[in-house]
Amino acid sequence: MKPKRRRLYFVLFGMATLGVAAALVLSAFQDNLVFFYSPSDLAERQVEPGRRLRLGGLVEAGSVQRDGSTVHFTVTDLAQTVQVSFTGILPDLFREGQGVVTEGTVQRDGSFLASDVLAKHDETYLPKEVADALKASGQWRDGAENQALEGSEGTAQ
Amino acid sequence: MIAEIGQFALALALVVAVVQSVIPLIGAQRGNATLMMIARPAAQSLVLLVAVAYAALTYAFVVSDFSVTTVAGNSHSLKPMLYKVSGVWANHEGSMLLWVVILAVFGAAVAQFGNNLPLSLKSRALAVQGMIATAFLAFILFTSNPFLRIDPAPLDGRGLNPLLQDPGLAFHPPLLYLGYVGFSVAFSFAVAALIEGRVDAAWGRWVRPWTLAAWTFLTGGIALGSWWAYYELGWGGWWFWDPVENASFMPWLLGTALLHSAIVVEKRDTLKSWTILLAILTFSLSLLGTFIVRSGVLTSVHAFATDPTRGIFILAILVFAVGGSLVLYALRAPILKAGGLYTPVSREGGLILNNLLLALACATVLLGTLYPLLLEAMTDGRDKVSVGPPYFNATFVPIMVPLFLAMAIGPYLAWKRGNLKMISRRMIVSLIGAVATIATTFLLIPDGPTLTPFAMGMAAWLFLGTASEWADRIKLFRAPPRESLRRLQGLPRSATGMTLAHIGVAVMIIGVAGSSSWQTESIQVLRPGESVPVAGYDFRLDDVRDGTGPNYTLQRATVTVSRNGRVFAELYPETRFFPVAGQSTTEAAIRTTPFADLYAVIGEPDGSGGWTTRFYRNPLVPWIWYGALIMVAGGFLSLSDRRHRVGAPRREKSPQPAISSHPAAAE
Repeated sequence: MKPKRRRLYFVLFGMATLGVAAALVLSAFQDNLVFFYSPSDLAERQVEPGRRLRLGGLVEAGSVQRDGSTVHFTVTDLAQTVQVSFTGILPDLFREGQGVVTEGTVQRDGSFLASDVLAKHDETYLPKEVADALKASGQWRDGAENQALEGSEGTAQ
Repeated sequence: MIAEIGQFALALALVVAVVQSVIPLIGAQRGNATLMMIARPAAQSLVLLVAVAYAALTYAFVVSDFSVTTVAGNSHSLKPMLYKVSGVWANHEGSMLLWVVILAVFGAAVAQFGNNLPLSLKSRALAVQGMIATAFLAFILFTSNPFLRIDPAPLDGRGLNPLLQDPGLAFHPPLLYLGYVGFSVAFSFAVAALIEGRVDAAWGRWVRPWTLAAWTFLTGGIALGSWWAYYELGWGGWWFWDPVENASFMPWLLGTALLHSAIVVEKRDTLKSWTILLAILTFSLSLLGTFIVRSGVLTSVHAFATDPTRGIFILAILVFAVGGSLVLYALRAPILKAGGLYTPVSREGGLILNNLLLALACATVLLGTLYPLLLEAMTDGRDKVSVGPPYFNATFVPIMVPLFLAMAIGPYLAWKRGNLKMISRRMIVSLIGAVATIATTFLLIPDGPTLTPFAMGMAAWLFLGTASEWADRIKLFRAPPRESLRRLQGLPRSATGMTLAHIGVAVMIIGVAGSSSWQTESIQVLRPGESVPVAGYDFRLDDVRDGTGPNYTLQRATVTVSRNGRVFAELYPETRFFPVAGQSTTEAAIRTTPFADLYAVIGEPDGSGGWTTRFYRNPLVPWIWYGALIMVAGGFLSLSDRRHRVGAPRREKSPQPAISSHPAAAE
């Protein structure tokens, strides 16, 4: 086979594979993007019940209630609050008054059913989305920023 | 005093690194051997200086010198000695220092063992290594100096994050860095070759062992990290497609492609331009990984407190390294001439398919990892998204399936022109084995996901294809045992290494497919004495007791697992509370059997005498670690092949007749 023709085959084959991969990526994006909402976002925007999303904010102090292996708590951005329930073992760093990111679906009654509560490896770490949400709700304090940026660091990789 | 010595050594190292990056380059340009010769002593002094700095920091950690900020922030006098030593790299400053130490070690190794390299190529490669070292030393000295003092010194340190006080994670970063940074050698050789404007088969031969070493370490490092996440985080999972995990996985994918395309460069003197590009991109992804982990731009479940200003510095290094080398590539790559001819069905064609699929798989992972950043930038921060495991399962897995299928056939293909008819005859056994595996799996576990038996069949296909190709080479069972043994002795170690690594992949596929489809999870509140059935086992919570460890208090549960009324295992899951950090960790209790892990986690008390408990039966998870171990063993075996040892004289052709059954003898 002549090199020119061989190269043509390879290029065509490569393009075809690339096309298939692009199709896979696009369809996967369509179904699997999980948007991040703060409690204020949830109050403002209509979200259809059952759509998977992430909800982040601070765990309101005094809101954690246990009911068997299910935990109920309130997530707040200090402007709006959302009731969250979660069944399972909470991450070690789940604490009242600390930042949290949960993933799950909004229920018809407006509460949030979390299937995952994201663990963090560091008690002083505040997820960036949560920090931004607090800034957006005008409740950002310098203390919180310091808390988010300082503190012990570790190698996660 | 010791800390100041470390600081001084680092500053000197920066000067030496600048010398190493400039003088040899000028020498190579002018053809001045004296100037080029400076590269070697420079690389040797660099490693010495950063080692002194590293030793100084280690000393500060070991004697708990809390007047050093890094030690005060990350250590504690009560910490066990192992974690004082590993604590050196379990923080930002120290881990970047480790990064540079490993970079310098690789540079010195090239200087030491590269005696048969052309002087100009060697000095240019070392100069590029010097540039990387310069950038990272400047980064350490100007943004993350580990030797800063605080006055007055605190009485005790803040302690190391308890999650990191674990033997698995203690050795995870060094291994991972050996991989990440090891790819810098391939990068330096690629840039040096572009400056020279010449890539030949010898270039492929020089680059291969370094790439293989980096790949082997990276494989081990990723597996160790995954293992740690599995037993320490207590979620029962071992891979979460998290940005930090992806950061290490992307260089692995491209590094694997590079490993294979470098073979084509060496054996067939073609695919050169692509291989150079791969070498550049692989190390760029290592830098990107460092950036993602260090900057905290992506929300990760593995995120630690991070500092954006440091991120920007690494981003600048990244832009300079990637941009510079790609511009050089664009200018110089057209000079590289393509070599030998081959048909699409050939060893070359197979390796191109390997490269194409691995690069695509890497691209989908890259897109999924960076998409949240892109979208946020495009919508001005309004839309925040995360891309989770479903995306990666829907894109990555379909791309890997054809790769695994082709992987069984690849080693059978001859260079230049493969014979499909001959190969299909040889693959009949594998095909029968695969079909039998699919049928058996369906019969044994009829109610699992439909695709899982096919995944098992694919693993059998890969295993049998790989093993029979190896068996064919030594004529196992087809010649007298003595003849097979003689052939085995004549077989290059790199061939057996390749077989092992591919078998490791097959074993890992079994573990991945089994654990992700057949896991049983059970979460409930149990009072002491109560039990719950999980996948045919009975988990009974006996009691929960308090205790103390070296620097923590603990609550240990006793969980008795029985099957059909007979006691099968006793598990002791713990929660540990570290008063220094004010943080607790979960220690899962795992009982490993050949086919499944029984996994127990104890949570918090419910306030009325019960405890939240989580039990899993994780089928085939151990196979993932076995697979990784086999791959690493294959890598090391292949590295021990004398033909990979640059400088070793080529072995005389063995007197035995060439292995005639298939022309593709070595690799």
